[in-house]
Amino acid sequence: MAAQKFVAVDRAPAGTVVASARGITLVRGGRKLLDDVSIEVHAGEVLALLGPNGAGKSTLLGVLSGDTAPDGGDVEFRGRSIGDWSLPELARRRSVLLQDNQIMFPFTVHQVVEMGRAPWRRTPLEDDDNEAIAEAIAAADIAHLGNRRVPSLSGGERARVGFARVVAGRTGVLMLDEPTAALDLGHQETLLQLTRERAAAGDAVLVVLHDLNLAAAYADRIALLREGRVFACGTPAEVLTAETVSDVYRTPVEVIERPGSAAGIVMPLRG
Amino acid sequence: MKNSASTPSSLRTTKGVLFIALSLALAFALLASAGTGQLAIPPQEVLGSLLHKIGIEWLPLPSHAAGDQTLWAIRFPRVAMAALVGAGLAISGLLMQAIFGNPLAEPGVIGISSGAAVGAGLSIVFGLTLFGQWTTAVLAFAAGLVATLLVYFMSRAEGRTEVVTLVLTGIAINAIAGAAIALLTFLGDTQSREQIVFWQLGSLAGSRWSQIAIVAPILAIGMIAAYLVARKLDLLALGERNARHLGVNVEALRIGVIVLVALLVGASVAFAGIIAFVGLVIPHLMRMILGPAHLPLVTASALGGALLLTLADLGARTLVPMADLPIGMLTSLVGGPFFFWLLRRTRKRAGGWG
Repeated sequence: MAAQKFVAVDRAPAGTVVASARGITLVRGGRKLLDDVSIEVHAGEVLALLGPNGAGKSTLLGVLSGDTAPDGGDVEFRGRSIGDWSLPELARRRSVLLQDNQIMFPFTVHQVVEMGRAPWRRTPLEDDDNEAIAEAIAAADIAHLGNRRVPSLSGGERARVGFARVVAGRTGVLMLDEPTAALDLGHQETLLQLTRERAAAGDAVLVVLHDLNLAAAYADRIALLREGRVFACGTPAEVLTAETVSDVYRTPVEVIERPGSAAGIVMPLRG
Repeated sequence: MKNSASTPSSLRTTKGVLFIALSLALAFALLASAGTGQLAIPPQEVLGSLLHKIGIEWLPLPSHAAGDQTLWAIRFPRVAMAALVGAGLAISGLLMQAIFGNPLAEPGVIGISSGAAVGAGLSIVFGLTLFGQWTTAVLAFAAGLVATLLVYFMSRAEGRTEVVTLVLTGIAINAIAGAAIALLTFLGDTQSREQIVFWQLGSLAGSRWSQIAIVAPILAIGMIAAYLVARKLDLLALGERNARHLGVNVEALRIGVIVLVALLVGASVAFAGIIAFVGLVIPHLMRMILGPAHLPLVTASALGGALLLTLADLGARTLVPMADLPIGMLTSLVGGPFFFWLLRRTRKRAGGWG
């Protein structure tokens, strides 16, 4: 339905690797935040990064987005070393949503979403600005916030404005760091449904999540991190087993089978 | 991209009204200021003198014999300098606030003006002439740049500038610069001492066309550059990483803007001395009217700064009969209380700056 509306300009053919990390090591303050991590993100899939606090999820996202240069290993984006891309070229091909959506001056909701179009300034696609902005505002369900100033919004509303800004960029690769953390149940679902639509249209979505069941429901693949290493990587059914989850999160869980679904529901075993 | 904001059409109206109101007010203030002094010249004669100069034979020339001479030799350069310096300081304030992501950054508050004053003081006391008539300006620029870089690197940690650190760094820079100026005052002869004191108070007396010829092009460069980076400064409000993701080379932008601010502040300090608070008050007022988007703020701040300093200069010459008050004192008299108000207002709204 809404899928084909999201036209990304330079999109990789479905199934090809758009972003990859090979043998990434990152040391900060004498601690290995990432230890020999390898991961591939494909066009047309939603890849969820899971793991306990401090496992290195956000750090890995920072490396893949080109923010952080690793101490060892290679990062590629669309087949080229990430360092070879100019910032504007990269900005037109991937957008990133961080956890922190603070803004330093009281811009309005509309102005902030419009900032997501900045990479397309002085390109022919600038003509799509209004359409892309309207679409992103509808997708993030923030139309009713209209002219409000972003600093006056609640955390969840601000997160949705940030998401709308990222969606408005219409890039072929989305990297989202805990986009659902501050959202209520309904908005969590619509946001992740949207990532599915984008993936169906051929985009690549890399998303850091905490809720295992959300990941099971919406991700094509899950990479489970522990202490800076990829502990398991595969489909939700392969990764989210009672044994693996109990081990990684150091909490006993059971996985309840659900009819008509490959992955079950992860429940902590409570005494 | 079209002009955004809440209701784009209402913002466009506000913007239009504000620009026209500021331009008209500035034009009137300039005419009134040029006509005011020991020799009073009515506004139509001031305008007449200007028009005759560019070959339009309309409106009367000054009726007093020395009128035309007074206008062109003394009043016009002074009035022009007031407007240029005001515009330059307001734009540097706007730029500083954008790159520090913080409405308190102002060339005077964080010590850049006093840094530039040390450079200018050096050239006065030691009679330096390395760069000919540009020496004072060049040294003021260089010292202002050093002060700006010091503030920038010392107040940033992990990509953020904390307000408290920023203000404390400013206090430290102001203290060091104050000591250097005191030393220069001590070392200098009577004449250079007088010049330095004059300077610290800020004054537009004795502005010359040759100085305008230096300040005007610098302001022009500063304004053009400010327009070019305005949209990037908007993105910077999202934070460093987000701005990078949207294609902004944040480090290059920051360094470029710092050099620009040092250039603008250096030029104004070199010829007008330390004039504080223009860069704080004007961008803040304009932001309250127009919102935080930087593109219209560049124009509004330039006009507002020019207007404020033209009025301040008029006040400096007329508030006390037969006296030329230091203009820096006047702007601080207005800006100081404004600063208090700004602090209290922010405390109430957001619980202050941690």
